[in-house]
Amino acid sequence: AGDPLITEMQDWASGLGDGVDETPYGLPISYESDVVRRNVEWLTADTISSINFTPIHALDGTITPQGCAFERHHSGAIDMKKGDYRLMINGLVDTPLVFTYEDLERFPRENRVYFCECAANTGMEWAGAQLNGAQFTHGMIHNMEYSGIPLRTLLEEAGLDAAGDLKDKWVYVEGADASSNGRSIPMEKALDDVLVAFKANGEALRKEHGYPVRLVVPGWEGNMWIKWLRRIEVTDQAVESREETSKYTDTLEDGTSRKWTWVMDAKSIVTSPSPQAPIKHGHGPLVITGLAWSGRGAITGVDVSVDGGKNWQPARLGAPGVDKALTRFYLDYNWQGEEMFLQARAKDSTGYVQPTKTELRETRGENSIYHNNCIQTWWVKSDGEAENVEVS
Amino acid sequence: EKFGLGRAALPEEIAAWDKDVAPDGTGLPAGSGDVLTGEEVFADNCAICHGDFAEGVDNWPKLAGGDGTLADKDPLKTVGSYWPYLSTTWDYVNRSMPFGSAQTMSTDDVYAIVAYILYSNDLVDEDFVLSDENFLDVEMPNAGGFIIDDRETSEAHFWKPEPCMKNCKDTVEITMRAAVLDVTPDEGGTQEATTPAEEAAAAPTPAEEAPVAEAALDPEAVKKGEKVFKKCKACHQVGDTAKNKTGPTLNGIVGASVGARDGFKYSKPMKALADSGAVWSEEELAAFLAKPKKYLKGTKMSFVGLKKETDIVAVTTYLKSFQE
Repeated sequence: AGDPLITEMQDWASGLGDGVDETPYGLPISYESDVVRRNVEWLTADTISSINFTPIHALDGTITPQGCAFERHHSGAIDMKKGDYRLMINGLVDTPLVFTYEDLERFPRENRVYFCECAANTGMEWAGAQLNGAQFTHGMIHNMEYSGIPLRTLLEEAGLDAAGDLKDKWVYVEGADASSNGRSIPMEKALDDVLVAFKANGEALRKEHGYPVRLVVPGWEGNMWIKWLRRIEVTDQAVESREETSKYTDTLEDGTSRKWTWVMDAKSIVTSPSPQAPIKHGHGPLVITGLAWSGRGAITGVDVSVDGGKNWQPARLGAPGVDKALTRFYLDYNWQGEEMFLQARAKDSTGYVQPTKTELRETRGENSIYHNNCIQTWWVKSDGEAENVEVS
Repeated sequence: EKFGLGRAALPEEIAAWDKDVAPDGTGLPAGSGDVLTGEEVFADNCAICHGDFAEGVDNWPKLAGGDGTLADKDPLKTVGSYWPYLSTTWDYVNRSMPFGSAQTMSTDDVYAIVAYILYSNDLVDEDFVLSDENFLDVEMPNAGGFIIDDRETSEAHFWKPEPCMKNCKDTVEITMRAAVLDVTPDEGGTQEATTPAEEAAAAPTPAEEAPVAEAALDPEAVKKGEKVFKKCKACHQVGDTAKNKTGPTLNGIVGASVGARDGFKYSKPMKALADSGAVWSEEELAAFLAKPKKYLKGTKMSFVGLKKETDIVAVTTYLKSFQE
């Protein structure tokens, strides 16, 4: 007999759908309600100073919709009107300045796509396989198209003659929320590609991403992407705030710690199949897909292994790699129900090759917390279910 | 090229926002505070999360201890064992703490708190007074424990011209499985997230009648309760603009149904108590505030409790002044 969905008249083919004023600002259809950010409750003391995770296992392409892009706050997501927004530039500048939001809209602006990854992404996996799902192991990342002003433009508007030799100068950037989250950025980076952004993916930033204005620090750890940006101070030293000393420093095996580990190394992850996205369709054609990125440059290639790293084959990139942005990869595979140990390995334009967990532990031990960019393994079983494992 | 946009920042505006303090003391205002004062201020403002002795409550940060543990399997990183600069502690306490009431403490109180944190880490004696003048004399044990990012040299072998593609290793064995640990949150998604409306519907109807207004509250008692409430303020709000924060709003809480604030995500035990129809009578509230974790095992409220009965009475009186 024919498929009743075809042979029988369906309601939607006869009756009427919603009118155009049903949802002036659209939300995903109800059938996609499981594609949401999730929180790991035991990670933090409460949900105000906490983090959630992008559902990367359920997304495709490279642009992260704002509504499911991970959030991290230190004193909660604050509610600020554009009219109440002020940005101050002070310190070693010729003229300390104050800008309103409207002022910022009058500077020449650019559009750039960049990934933003929390330095602690995959941090729970240092000591061993722990969380069962790409969302939880690798979901502290998003990738958006930003519209914003080069920070260089604003610094030059205030004038940098007063700073003298710029080589050893810094900018200290600070948010308007109660955590007054602040980080020091070397002047060289500040003048290179940092953006003061007010739109993401074409629309205003969401509250949880720093509405109305945030900093974009391409390729560098997410903690430096100050939200609700309110002050930029030119200084002759790093402030060494809490977020650059007691946190976001990487403790090595001998107890010494690396500081100023700003750049995010090349990394990749198979997003499907994965523990939250098992194979449900039986044998035959299978699309193995995932994401790759590097804070040092563009992704030039991704290799995929189905046997735990014994043998590798080059994956197909969904589009050529973009500087400091997510790249989608695909391996079109014929699966006959065999068990797989799925891995992906990213390579970037500087020649860096994503290391194994063993290689990382050999140089860093297990206490780094941050910057875990190891190769991840999913054990795909004959029934199509997948589990987070470590292999020899 | 200048665009001529923006305006000059006024000195008082810069002074209001430019408060960061650097390792060499740049930005540190004049002032001082001693350990014993610090102990009191700490108890009022910090102990609710960080513990009376800076030992930390629940998942909130421990500020003391951990000396010599940095090379251990699970290092304990505190101000004493890890933080390289005292300026960082002063700056963070001054600008970002207490959680939920940032920038409400006086300069001298900040000095006192930092002195107390140093004392709780056995770095100074109890008669120590910290000031802008002796600030740079304090030696932080882990000041020399940091190196600047050296990945490009120490990890130079991660740059590989020709990574292995075939027969890269002999065997592949599973050495660890995430399923063994079972710490992954349930997918939940739609089922888990009950809407505020549903939660309100599920909650028992509020006590049929609001308690008959009692005699007017003693203003002195209310004032005393307001002081005690400082311990609660990091998480709970009262008044016209109150919103749910780490804890639910508390307007009209005396006599209200347990676990019935719209939009607040209660712990499972609190939800169960709510489902039983429980009400926050003065007696129940007093028992809860004395020892929250004992009264309700599994409550999210990470508060050790009010030791003095007079404090409990005072704070209850204060809360009553926000009855709707």
